[in-house]
Amino acid sequence: MRVKTSWRSERLLPAKDHEACGLFGVMDITGRRFGGEMAINAIKNIKVRGNGLGGGFAVYGLYPEHKDYYALHIMFQNKSVEAKEKVEDFLVEHFNVVYDEEIPTDPQVNLFCPPLVWRYFVAPKKKGEEHSLPDDDYVVSRVMHINTGIEDAYVFSSGKDMGVFKGVGFPEEIAAYFLLDRLYEGYLWTVHSRFPTNTPGWWGGAHPFSILDWTVVHNGEISSYGTNRRFLEMHDYYCTLYTDTEVMAYAVDLLMRRQGLPIEVVAKIFAPPMWDLIEYMEEKEKKLYTALRMVYAPLLINGPFTVIVARHSEMFGLTDRIRLRPITAGAKGNLVFLSSEEAAIRCVCPDLDLAWTPRGGEPVVVRLHSQDHLLSLNQSV
Amino acid sequence: MYSYLLPEFVVERREERCIRCRVCERQCANGVHSYDAERDQMWAAEQACVGCQRCAVFCPTQALTVRPHPAEYRPNSSWTREKLQDLKKQAETGGVILTGSGNDKPYRIYWDHLVLNASQVTNPSIDPLREPMELKTFLGRKPDTLKIVLHGEDVRIESELYPNIPVATPIVFSAMSYGAISYQAFKSLAMAAKEYGTLFNTGEGGLPAAMRQDYGKNAIVQCASGRFGVDPEYLNCAAAIEIKIGQGAKPGIGGHLPGEKVSENISVTRMIPQGTDALSPAPQHDIYSIEDLSMLIYALKEATNYEKPVSVKIAAVHNVAAIASGMVRAGADIIAIDGLRGGTGAAPKIIRDNVGIPIELALAAVDQRLREEGIRHKCSILAAGGIRCSADVVKAVALGADAVYIGTSALVAMGCTLCQKCYTGKCNWGICTQDPYLAKRLNPEIASQRLINLLRGWSHEIKEMLGGMGINAIESLRGNREHLRGVGLAEWELNVLGVKGAGE
Repeated sequence: MRVKTSWRSERLLPAKDHEACGLFGVMDITGRRFGGEMAINAIKNIKVRGNGLGGGFAVYGLYPEHKDYYALHIMFQNKSVEAKEKVEDFLVEHFNVVYDEEIPTDPQVNLFCPPLVWRYFVAPKKKGEEHSLPDDDYVVSRVMHINTGIEDAYVFSSGKDMGVFKGVGFPEEIAAYFLLDRLYEGYLWTVHSRFPTNTPGWWGGAHPFSILDWTVVHNGEISSYGTNRRFLEMHDYYCTLYTDTEVMAYAVDLLMRRQGLPIEVVAKIFAPPMWDLIEYMEEKEKKLYTALRMVYAPLLINGPFTVIVARHSEMFGLTDRIRLRPITAGAKGNLVFLSSEEAAIRCVCPDLDLAWTPRGGEPVVVRLHSQDHLLSLNQSV
Repeated sequence: MYSYLLPEFVVERREERCIRCRVCERQCANGVHSYDAERDQMWAAEQACVGCQRCAVFCPTQALTVRPHPAEYRPNSSWTREKLQDLKKQAETGGVILTGSGNDKPYRIYWDHLVLNASQVTNPSIDPLREPMELKTFLGRKPDTLKIVLHGEDVRIESELYPNIPVATPIVFSAMSYGAISYQAFKSLAMAAKEYGTLFNTGEGGLPAAMRQDYGKNAIVQCASGRFGVDPEYLNCAAAIEIKIGQGAKPGIGGHLPGEKVSENISVTRMIPQGTDALSPAPQHDIYSIEDLSMLIYALKEATNYEKPVSVKIAAVHNVAAIASGMVRAGADIIAIDGLRGGTGAAPKIIRDNVGIPIELALAAVDQRLREEGIRHKCSILAAGGIRCSADVVKAVALGADAVYIGTSALVAMGCTLCQKCYTGKCNWGICTQDPYLAKRLNPEIASQRLINLLRGWSHEIKEMLGGMGINAIESLRGNREHLRGVGLAEWELNVLGVKGAGE
């Protein structure tokens, strides 16, 4: 990400992946933790949206016993011992590692070339000038160092009290492999089933994509990829994975974490209202939307997409402004669901109180201890 | 007339069709056609014919055919007919050979070696007749980020915003001055720009006072080396101001409007005495360096209360990327780059045909350089010089342009046939002349409608191409070279363009 690779010409950049996908997310807005069955069964229900070449889960409220430490989920390609040694030397130098262990797996589940996956609970060990750096920025740069600088090592996730489990296979296979239904609980689960048009052989390429406690699961092909990518490069995000999702994740990081914009504004940057609508808005709104579109034109995400972005205490779903990819929201008691298909939600919660299809470009924002998700109900199709 | 020269065109008249109406004679300012009453016959003095096709189009019985003269010297790849004729002209006069319009030499046209993308399966194409498709573009400097403050429901923008001009389509009429072109042609461009919601560029000849109120808001007013017609009202009535450093057809060369063209109205508009030559020096004599440019940019911003974007127009030359970067740092809000094939009303032929680089390569290099330096958002890029159709516009935007300037295309829409004799003042189409008899042939009501039709047609086509690519707003194509592929280009060319080869 923030490692500038110098290409002699734009032309020499690798081509990006094309993919389509199934998405599901569920959150208990009281913060009550629950197991993975809903996420697993829901995504199994929309199996046709994946092709077994990638699946993954993000779980929040995962490690309450270590919630003050950054939980690093790190995979070692080909179970490389050498990579693991290098990573551990690096971690010891830059972090206080309070606990680490191999992430338990079920050897009975047969998957394509599984890596060794280890988790480390760490606190930054800053030196000298680094004390002025916020913890998050410190962690981001160290994670990027591991991803780009240590061969065969890749960080799945790096947030506190959350984690990402992903790999090459159908999501229910990944869940079984990591024993998700038996070992873990969380108050927010997102899951992704991948349908790439090329052949990946790499576990790091599955969703969710994550940095700190941000996770992104995404379905779509971004026709504005080149424009978005080149704009992000001006802000020191260098795409190295060549997937649409990567662009989305960096754009979220830039706008929300670095520039501090709220989700509602970011949604209007990714999927802004049409000029025809802006023209008829009240003067103040008109000014705001005009400025947003003018300044952030290179971050308009064009082409079909649905995305579920999560971090601690919130999750939001968004489709492109002309709704070329599906998203459905549902609610039952304290549970709020987002998914590519209503069927996936109904499969795990047949007696929903509410189910609605948000309009293109209207975010469904689900927050702990709030009813914000109902705001999008007024805007539903 | 020159001696020793072969005529350039042959005028063929089918006698059985000719009705001796003498339309051809009246239409031709070059005096090609004449009537012999004694023999009741029309004659043609072919050596004066420029091939503008006015007579052929206006002949009511289609009796006339004008085509390149078949007479040839012994074929020779090195000493072509054109080279020979130029030598003979110079041997006779000892002068510089003048010409008009853009470079007509067979330099590679990169637009014709770039192909566009379209969506298949993984991404739906969008039908612009059913779905919204947005071409609105803002020209000007953008801030690094927007600082937005939320107070409950209230959202406020705290960042400073710079002046930007919206245009309805990413096509702007290029600089053509009143004086170089007729009042009628000039006004047609202004009327069309206003009607369609885009801009026209006054060129360096000022903006007639009578037009300022109605058309100022759609005008980019130029401040060039001759400083003709520049006063506070001129600057303040405009949408934007452009400092003209260079022109693609004649990089490094100034301009010269002969005194005979400086009529009363032009003299008032340009603020020079009637009948005097209007000379534009090659450089701006207060800009000998980049810091001088910065001073002029800020002088103009001061004069207009920082309410208007300031554009700087340069010809595309070898180190255009570095120059452009300096211009942005000097405070330019818009950078206009005019390529090798840009047009002119008059230029030395040797300059027009040999100086400068193609706009495609210049544009790609400038866009890339500004991004590498993290300042691409600080300016808009206007690409000019040889934009012939809507596909050229789309390719220019994908290479990194915010919008394009069209000059020649607009003139052709009004009637121009690229006879390249703009400098003679005898334009039979009433465009590039100050002769009232010729100029009144161009009716601004009709010509502006033709220009509007051109903008509308191109905009429709751009929307179709965008929709095919699965994009519904032009900004998502800007600098998006993923949607371009090169065909028949060498590796270095692909590298400069930043475009993969087809199939790569």
